Amino acid sequence: MGFLLLEDGTLLEGISFGAEGESIGEVVFNTSMVGYPESITDPSYSGQILVFTYPLIGNYGIQLEDRESEVPLLRGIVVREYCEIPSHWGIDYDIDSFLKEFGIVGLSGIDTRALTRKLRIFGTLRGVISSGEFSQERKEELMDKILNWHIEDFDFVKSSCVKDPVYLGEGGERIVLIDCGVKQGIVRSLLSLGFQVVVVPAWYTKDDVLSFDPDGVLISNGPGDPKRLTYVVETVKGLIEEEIPLFGICLGHQIIGLALGSTTYKLKFGHRGANQPVKNLITGKVYITSQNHSYVVDPKGLPEDIKVSFINLNDKTVEGLKSTKRPIMSVQFHPEASPGPLDTKFLFEEFAKECMRKTYAT
Amino acid sequence: MPLKNHIKKVLVIGSGPIVIGQAAEFDYAGTQACKSLREERISVVLVNSNPATIMTDTTMADRVYIEPLEVEAIEKIIAKERPDGLLPTLGGQTGLNLTVKLHEAGILDKYGVELLGTPLTAIKNAEDRELFKNFILSIGEPVPESEIVRDLESAREFARKVGLPLVVRPAYTLGGTGGGFVESWDELDEVVSIGLNASMVGEVLLEKSVKGWKEIEYEVMRDSSGTCITVCNMENFDPMGVHTGDSIVIAPSQTLTNKEYQLLRTASLKIIDGLKIEGGCNIQFALDPNSTKYYVIEVNPRVSRSSALASKATGYPIARISAKIALGLLLEEIKNPVTGETVAAFEPALDYVVVKIPCWPFDKFPVKDRRLGTQMQATGEVMALGRTFEEALLKAIRSLEHRREGLIRPEISLLSDKDIGERLKRGDDERLFLIAEALRRGWEVDSIYELTHIDRFFLYKIKNIVDFERRIKESDGCLLPLAKKIGMSDAYIAECRGENIGKVSKERIEKGIFPVYKMVDTCAAEFSAITPYYYSTYETEDEVLDKDNKEKVCVIGSGPIRIGQGIEFDYCTVHAVFAIKEKGYTSIIINNNPETVSTDFDTADKLYFEPLRAEDVVNVLRRENPKGVIVQLGGQTAINLAKRIKDAGFEILGSSVDSIDIAEDRNRFDALLERLNIPRPKGHTALILDEALAIADEIGFPLLVRPSYVLGGRAMEILYNKEEFISFVKYVLGISPDYPILIDQYVVGKEAEIDAICDGEEVFIPGIMEHIERAGIHSGDSTAVYPPFSLSPDVQRTMLEYAYKIAKALNVRGFINIQFAIDKQDKVYIIEANPRASRTIPFMSKATGIPLVHIATRIMLGEKLSDCGLKEGILRDPPYYSVKVPVFSFGKLKGVDPIMGPEMKSTGEVMGIDPVFEMALLKGLISAGIKIGKNYGVILSLNERFREETLNSIVRLKSCGYSFYSTSGTYEWLKSEGIESSRISSLEEVENLFRSRKIDLVVNTPNKGKDSNRFGFKLRRMTVEWQIPMITAIDLLDAISRAVRVYPEGIEYGVCSINDYHKLLPPIEDRIINPWR
Repeated sequence: MGFLLLEDGTLLEGISFGAEGESIGEVVFNTSMVGYPESITDPSYSGQILVFTYPLIGNYGIQLEDRESEVPLLRGIVVREYCEIPSHWGIDYDIDSFLKEFGIVGLSGIDTRALTRKLRIFGTLRGVISSGEFSQERKEELMDKILNWHIEDFDFVKSSCVKDPVYLGEGGERIVLIDCGVKQGIVRSLLSLGFQVVVVPAWYTKDDVLSFDPDGVLISNGPGDPKRLTYVVETVKGLIEEEIPLFGICLGHQIIGLALGSTTYKLKFGHRGANQPVKNLITGKVYITSQNHSYVVDPKGLPEDIKVSFINLNDKTVEGLKSTKRPIMSVQFHPEASPGPLDTKFLFEEFAKECMRKTYAT
Repeated sequence: MPLKNHIKKVLVIGSGPIVIGQAAEFDYAGTQACKSLREERISVVLVNSNPATIMTDTTMADRVYIEPLEVEAIEKIIAKERPDGLLPTLGGQTGLNLTVKLHEAGILDKYGVELLGTPLTAIKNAEDRELFKNFILSIGEPVPESEIVRDLESAREFARKVGLPLVVRPAYTLGGTGGGFVESWDELDEVVSIGLNASMVGEVLLEKSVKGWKEIEYEVMRDSSGTCITVCNMENFDPMGVHTGDSIVIAPSQTLTNKEYQLLRTASLKIIDGLKIEGGCNIQFALDPNSTKYYVIEVNPRVSRSSALASKATGYPIARISAKIALGLLLEEIKNPVTGETVAAFEPALDYVVVKIPCWPFDKFPVKDRRLGTQMQATGEVMALGRTFEEALLKAIRSLEHRREGLIRPEISLLSDKDIGERLKRGDDERLFLIAEALRRGWEVDSIYELTHIDRFFLYKIKNIVDFERRIKESDGCLLPLAKKIGMSDAYIAECRGENIGKVSKERIEKGIFPVYKMVDTCAAEFSAITPYYYSTYETEDEVLDKDNKEKVCVIGSGPIRIGQGIEFDYCTVHAVFAIKEKGYTSIIINNNPETVSTDFDTADKLYFEPLRAEDVVNVLRRENPKGVIVQLGGQTAINLAKRIKDAGFEILGSSVDSIDIAEDRNRFDALLERLNIPRPKGHTALILDEALAIADEIGFPLLVRPSYVLGGRAMEILYNKEEFISFVKYVLGISPDYPILIDQYVVGKEAEIDAICDGEEVFIPGIMEHIERAGIHSGDSTAVYPPFSLSPDVQRTMLEYAYKIAKALNVRGFINIQFAIDKQDKVYIIEANPRASRTIPFMSKATGIPLVHIATRIMLGEKLSDCGLKEGILRDPPYYSVKVPVFSFGKLKGVDPIMGPEMKSTGEVMGIDPVFEMALLKGLISAGIKIGKNYGVILSLNERFREETLNSIVRLKSCGYSFYSTSGTYEWLKSEGIESSRISSLEEVENLFRSRKIDLVVNTPNKGKDSNRFGFKLRRMTVEWQIPMITAIDLLDAISRAVRVYPEGIEYGVCSINDYHKLLPPIEDRIINPWR
């Protein structure tokens, strides 16, 4: 047994798998058909319960090298069916034992399409996922818990990021990566271009960052509301003044937006999937991207040199910013994909060029 | 980017007759393209030789040509119509090959026709094996080691270099014709020789085998700005080595990690971008099951069977979008018609599993070797959607319309372990059931994997079902909800429990266990969708919506394309829907064939993609509660459901279930004919040889004999004497001893048929079709001519009278088809009557210009003929002839005897139209691939019975300059008749004649029996494998010889659109004459 109780009182009962326990979080859905190991370990899902719209999860097990972070940080997963006997040559875990090992509750046997439709219509909802049997007596207590829980109250960034600098790679330009809950895919993308990468905690100040003498700074993805990350916004403001090449991804993009004087707002149910079309407004080209975000940048209030570089073709929201004068670029989507299409991998190369230009200039 | 403004008129080339490897999917693609182009105000000129298609309706395109698909005809059409552009990528391989030829002949340049969409260089780079390999390597993608060879010696040399096994693929053919997988040196020689000949360019590709690897396909799109997207990926259940058309296919892939998925996706986009394709493209990969190593196997730069499947699986209309891209629109500018909200530049997200299972013709062709390989053999396919793999698989199995609905096959449970192991290793069409049986016997998944290389994921899923069979057997009934969730039908559950199906259904209904219906929306519910395309599943939320309060009418489709039930019935289904909509009802279609127009999301107001089994159909009806259900348009599949639908409390529109039963029940029908005083060939049933002999004595020879129940083996024979009769009866009694044998008088003479529409009071007959072949050749395999060319007025009057009487007596409302035999004394017999649409309906609709299905549907909805602007009577003969010629796929079916008889064997048909009967026939034959007058050589091998009758034909051909090659008996006979011929004494000689292109035609009238060691059989197989036209029924030879003589100077024909033919017809009120008043 097991259940999911939503803030509107909806109760969905199913069969639990993975760890035993109970946790509370924001219930969101992702429409990717592959890449559940990456999603489960994506730190941006901190504080969230992830619903997979694709009904069969766990078919090919989990390979540790596909992880986007050491441990999964989400609050639980909800599926139509999980695969007990996966098939793949590189399996390290089946999904059930992986979740057990890392203490994540899974719930299966759920009409995930019905749940998704609810989330689409009513917007993101809070909920409790539990491996136990539901009892009516506990309903009031659980509803209280849900309604008193607000994702904005938590700083998931601080709990997701590294606590001390981590040095990776050798030679080449040095990139400081401000870790707000970074996906390993981003780190791998930088390393594959021959960068030295210093991953630093999100709370590092401008001076902390500059102390590494970076050729470029990447502000990573991560969980939660960007507005509560004033300390990162301050750091980025300082770095903008220094004219160091900046690249923001996802949450990092929102932080750059805030640092440039714009604001952010929350979408009804966010963009989560591997099929989101974006258009580059400068070149006119269209790409399919991987996305995972609730918040978007409002383009109002941006300085004149900052242009909206990408928009989402479905709802026309901002998907990227780029300065015409300064070495600043940011994208809302995930060029490192994992999981998802690699169409926009070239953005890392663009960033690399910016960083090298600086090297040569000095 | 705006539309290409200079393009106002576009020529679309269809794919011709249905053959194995090229089926209804191209009618679907072509029809979508026509709709899509006309939405952009483009005038569409369509050419296709296949009258059974929806695309050849004058309502689909502005100008429709039913003409041979060869350069000569297309050039004339281009000269006449002067289109600005040509869309080459929607007519399958036929359309593509024809476009290449038109280009090479300079015709496109001459008339300034712009090739729209994918450029010719892309087509060549994808189609020509050597260019393909070089191109793929040049963009840094891997291909298996391979070499193009043009002769056998080079093939052997390559094989010595890389070693066996190898895959042999001829360049430029249909559906992999002549290809094969070779493991031995002998096989290499054989397959390469056949392949070299099958290839239009005499080239064969030899390739290192990746047999046993995973086969993965991607459907990708690209527009002129270079935006590339993936519509869908698909994983073949069967590993490399089985043609994807013969594979069970699952969408999306089930066993690929994100890394693997993206690896192949990225490669796909690189390929489509590198080829500069503008439109859709299919890319096939082999992926190592033990690493991330992969190879690019094949690229199809056009819409295909796979793209039709991907469209239906995802809801993304590839052909429709491809047509718009060809006009210059960009993906981001095209709305996703499913959501109405998002754009076509996105990738569909599925939240269900799709399973496709092919449908093979092995029930029609009892061959020993049912192995699947690189040569596609399936005639059609079914698709099913479910929320689990098990559910989708079981729904797909039900859709196949086998006698049983689950994974249990009693014949297979009788096999020894050894047989099962061998058959699993070989891999044949029954492997799903063999795997299930092996698992039932406790075999390990790993050992089955070793034999089949089918991914363990799928094997474990099958094991889940098999394990559940046992749980049901051992449980007390509480498992019913779970059994439904796993996808089992009531019949399957009943089978496991050893109960009656009625009991299970009753229990289910009492417990209130019904499916819910979910929507296919391309986006996994992320956006709201407006397309009512549904599938059933056993979950909590139902999404069916009614937009308004209109009454509903449901049409039952015809399921997969198979021999005997082809695209004609899809044509009927679709037209019924149009009529239903027009009359102000909400139209609903239930069908499971992903290739067809009927299952396009915008054909009916509501589409249910469901098995056509009583339980599934009744569940939909229960959910929708329609005013009535139409069963007479979906072939035997739909008719067979009539009683169950009626019993469930729904109204059958049109002729009643009882009328259907009278027509189908031999005794009831005999009684009816007796009452009406209409003769029918005498016939009785026998259970033992003595009875049979007594019947033979009473009726007299020749006789038509068939078992009432067949499970593989010969089905029906015409027998001329006692000796043959006894031998066949003994044989039949041996294979099905407990079932009666049907013995009928065989009427030697002409055969003809009538389609009629009756409103219960008045009868309307569009016309009589006379068959060129005598009675005894299945009507579906006969060459049908409208209007009749040799039936006397008296005979025609009698036929009309009988048709009228039967239609009235059966109280037909809607269609009835009646088959007649006419003996030498001009006595007319009824062979059979079917109160449903027949396969000639689309042909007759096009020949007469009357929308027959539309009218029949209105009558089923309660109107009268007079409401439809018609009246009682028959149409006057038009001033032109229409000839329907059957098309066979024998070349694809190894081991099948290509011989015509009372069992239907053709897969498709073409139509020839001309004011002169002989030319109409010749045009039809050309469209069917029988081109006379090229080499002026005919091989004759005739059995004694038919020699006399053939003499005149041979003399006629001789007078037209034909020379003859004959086998020994025929040679002697010809000599005695004073006709010179060259004697053939071996198959090698025949092959040499074929090779040196001396032969136009092979005429072979077979001896009794179908012993595959006989010379005749080998001659026939060799002829089809060399793709040389062959005649096994002498009446067609007679007609051809007469026709050839009318055109001694050679066959030159003109082209004319159907629209123009119809303009020759007077107003409808002046066309009908009433022979009955």
